[in-house]
Amino acid sequence: MSRFTRENELLAREIIARYPRPKSATIPLCHLAQEQDGFLAEDAMRHISELVGITAAEVRGTASFYEMFKLKPVGKYLINVCTNISCQLLGGEELLEHAEQSLGIRSGSTTEDGLFTLEDVECIAACTEAPACQVNYRYFNTVSNEQFDSLVEDLRAGRNGEIPDHGTLGRVRQHIEPGQVANITAPEQQSEPGWFRDRNTAAAAEQGEVSS
Amino acid sequence: MNATPHIVTSRWETPDAHTLEGYQRSGSYSGYEGIRAALNIAPSAVLEQVRQATVLGRGGAGFPAGTKWGFCPPGVWPRYIVVNGDESEPGTYKDRVLMERDPHQLIEGCLIAAYAIGAAQVFLYVRGEMAHAQERIAAALNEAYANNLVGKNILGTDFSVDIVLHWGAGAYIVGEETALIESLEGNRGMPRLKPPYFPAAKGLYMAPTIVNNVETLANLPWLMCHGVAAYKATGSEASPGTRLVAVSGHVNTPGVFEVAQGTTTYRELFYSEQYGGGIRNGNELKMFIPGGASAPWFFPEQVDLPLEGRTVGAAGSMLGSGAIVVMDDTTDAVKACLRIVRFFARESCGKCSPCREGTTWEEKILRRIMDGHGRPSDLDLLLDIADNISPGPYPVASHPEAGLEAVPFPPRQTTICPLGPSSVAPITSALRRFRHEFEAKITKRDLIPLSVEPVGGRS
Repeated sequence: MSRFTRENELLAREIIARYPRPKSATIPLCHLAQEQDGFLAEDAMRHISELVGITAAEVRGTASFYEMFKLKPVGKYLINVCTNISCQLLGGEELLEHAEQSLGIRSGSTTEDGLFTLEDVECIAACTEAPACQVNYRYFNTVSNEQFDSLVEDLRAGRNGEIPDHGTLGRVRQHIEPGQVANITAPEQQSEPGWFRDRNTAAAAEQGEVSS
Repeated sequence: MNATPHIVTSRWETPDAHTLEGYQRSGSYSGYEGIRAALNIAPSAVLEQVRQATVLGRGGAGFPAGTKWGFCPPGVWPRYIVVNGDESEPGTYKDRVLMERDPHQLIEGCLIAAYAIGAAQVFLYVRGEMAHAQERIAAALNEAYANNLVGKNILGTDFSVDIVLHWGAGAYIVGEETALIESLEGNRGMPRLKPPYFPAAKGLYMAPTIVNNVETLANLPWLMCHGVAAYKATGSEASPGTRLVAVSGHVNTPGVFEVAQGTTTYRELFYSEQYGGGIRNGNELKMFIPGGASAPWFFPEQVDLPLEGRTVGAAGSMLGSGAIVVMDDTTDAVKACLRIVRFFARESCGKCSPCREGTTWEEKILRRIMDGHGRPSDLDLLLDIADNISPGPYPVASHPEAGLEAVPFPPRQTTICPLGPSSVAPITSALRRFRHEFEAKITKRDLIPLSVEPVGGRS
């Protein structure tokens, strides 16, 4: 496990084909691996490196820069409490404090049952809905302590509504039918688009006629 | 009171605006009529219209999009467009709403920009944490491809371009355009040195690349449908059109509002019933951030300034990303300052030492002042460190009571990108006005009376 399944490998190849250079697919493939395993495993990074044609160390080098990639397993539900300025002004830190006490863990840690990881995060673009938090990147606005507790209770009881397990982001994927692709090739194989040249030339000629 | 303009928000109340049918049925223009109008004229004519309209960039720097597009060197191919949907400047909440509620509007904006500059491909870079926006854009792109609105021979013409959705993975610095390009190439998101790496000349894969903010592109379909004169009828001469602003913090009715650029004042945004509805509990305004965490703070004296780049810049701050954070007189200035500095310390990519080391020191010093372990020399030390990141007088608002003039924007920098210098904004802003609050925390035993309730030992 941890290398891509057959199905995901096909998906990975489809994603790579959307970029002029395969390496550009590194981050999307890290997300795909995290969706498969819940975190970004060593073997997955090796598999990604084989698919995009770089070394496993380069994949790790890229992945380790980004906060969302978890190189070790985290809880099924990652709870991100925003404490940046707009949320801080309206109780974001108090909410984090409550979350720590309620879950019995410090931020950055995972509950013993492996259900919850709590994080104190930077601005999540919900500033007018402070204090805000996310569970697996799904938003919860103007969260009171009581609402936080009932959210946790629901998740414990398996009432997870729209929230997928950690690792899954958008559940709708972009898909381009091969016949619909305009022109995705390496930059070296690209030249001035014909429509651009023709249309500008025609307009310039027309302008010349008008002015002459 | 001015009627609320609706250039980019006209479908926000339409529940199915995210679908192709909803986009074409509702709103202040008919969906995909903008690209049809563009396709009837030459690409060079579209570029000229955008230039004449003075569509200012909505990401932070406020640079005119038409001028930026014109920087692509002639005869160098391919050209790429990268959409900056990595919204993460603290206080900023507008691009996410645009992407979630009206994704086709953004896609159509991408098409118009791609047509105007002759782009080979468009990459729509959406912030990793925005799962719902990713879903909405993916679904909209699939629909657009299936209906021949994106891809090969768009609307039955010779115009063809691909738009690819790309997700980030959590790094504020990737909002900087060269870092965004690095990230899109599969690398750590660290900014490139400018010169030589101006994206319009050497961008994605070293090819000419235009990086535009989501809101900037979302303006284009309306512009193509209604024309330059109609666009310029809203706002001021130098800053036409509208801005999306998020008014957050201590106002009664926080929200994301589309307002006329250049003419609307901060006072209207804070006190009018239409917008912020006044400061909470009838409290007094203590300070506000006029354009995101990177912007130097403003105070009650600046509240009548209009949302105009030049004016705000001359007054010592920036319009930035339309993130307006209101703080009332119960706010602890040191605590607010520490929180913003801590953000920059956490998000520094580590490439330049003045930023990597400096932001960390700033946080450490502010933390100990906050915790009651501050030293009398700490305030000068803070300013000294700040000066190493951004030398010379730092942009700051005037302080009439103390007879201090404003220092205009922008700051100087010893770093590749503005992240490090941005960390200085809250420090110089807070120290100039509220030095006594810092000193009180260092020298007095009790907390200053301005503090809000202590919060469980955390700050």
